[in-house]
Amino acid sequence: MTPPSVVPAPREAPIALFEYLLRLGDDRLVLGHRLSEWCGHGPILEEDIATSNIALDLLGQATMFLRFAGEVEGKGRDEDALAYFREVVDFRNCHMVELPRGDFAFTTARQFFFDVHAVVLLDALSRSTNASLAAIAAKSLKEAKYHVRHSGEWMLKLGDGTEESHRRVQKAVDDLWRFTPELFAVDDVDAALVGEGTVPDMATLEPQWSSLVRDVIARATLTLPHDVVRAPRMRGGRTGAHTEHLGHMLAEMQIVARSHPGATW
Amino acid sequence: MVARALFTRDDVLAILDGVMDPEVPVLSVRELGIVRDVTIGDDGSVRVTVTPTYSGCPAIRVIEQDIVSALQAAGIAEVQVATTYSPAWTSDWIPVEARAKLKAYGIAPPGRAASPDGDLVQLMRARPSAQCPYCDSRETEVRSEFGSTACKSVCWCRACGQPFEEFKAI
Repeated sequence: MTPPSVVPAPREAPIALFEYLLRLGDDRLVLGHRLSEWCGHGPILEEDIATSNIALDLLGQATMFLRFAGEVEGKGRDEDALAYFREVVDFRNCHMVELPRGDFAFTTARQFFFDVHAVVLLDALSRSTNASLAAIAAKSLKEAKYHVRHSGEWMLKLGDGTEESHRRVQKAVDDLWRFTPELFAVDDVDAALVGEGTVPDMATLEPQWSSLVRDVIARATLTLPHDVVRAPRMRGGRTGAHTEHLGHMLAEMQIVARSHPGATW
Repeated sequence: MVARALFTRDDVLAILDGVMDPEVPVLSVRELGIVRDVTIGDDGSVRVTVTPTYSGCPAIRVIEQDIVSALQAAGIAEVQVATTYSPAWTSDWIPVEARAKLKAYGIAPPGRAASPDGDLVQLMRARPSAQCPYCDSRETEVRSEFGSTACKSVCWCRACGQPFEEFKAI
């Protein structure tokens, strides 16, 4: 009898690619849903429309990544099956995107951190050796570029705005900063895919993200918390350990599809 | 008797010239650059490859149905619509004549899309302001990059005081 191995077997590439695509897709699905919660509640009409537009882009991107994930998995699951019929522990999004939408300053700061990450990552993924992944990334990058223009300009307006807008967006930055390391966390999923050039090495992207973020933060007259605040490292989303907020969000997002499985309209 | 292909590729393209975009009904799906390829099978079946303008564009499913309906109405029984994402759609594919139609419809045509080699993060739009489709003035400003559909931004003309939409350059 063979004793059970204590060293986990290395992930095979197709499974790693499936996991990686879920991470990309779920980040966008969950953040898109959070943004869509602003529909009808935006602070001004233009921002109500803008957040809904961006939510739609993110859902479109999630559709492409999750559809591809389903094809890679090869078990007949399409993007709807993956979005509506997985449990909370099967979601692979980072913690930052699942937090409740908060006030407009919180939504803006989160979007800014995410959008800068998106342009940096999608730009690198658009040169992936996997042609399908490169195509989806190149398509999404075009949208991410005007998303970051929107969230970046609002960081300047709020940070360098009134006393109240400055205070609120500074608090949002302070609250969110410890969630940002998870955007660059790597594990065996990345390791299995970096070698063949399917995905970039996140460690090489973080300085670029950091430099772009720090530039806007400074121009917005804001400050970043001391890096020690990042030390506790809120993470676990990539392996299915989520905050208490995601389950509530999914209950609302999935209820119609689960109450009427297979329904079309 | 073996059924012969009655429709050539040019026939199909001509039919597609009559399929209009549901949200910008002055432009056909070909003028918008959504139709990327048409192939005719040995059995006369037609395969149309399309690409979405924006990844979340809710009109793409309607467009696919409109393409199938138009070709079937013309007598083509077997129609397939496939989706491609590469090369990614760009507003630069909209030809000059179609831009004039947009302007006549009250939508400022898109400027040139930014070079993919430009800065990843640009906080300001790096291009000239839109030309007002009503009075042709360049004294315009973008009120919001997000308008009634994903492909349009909301502008305002300082010269004639008219708000208008601009087809986004991406």
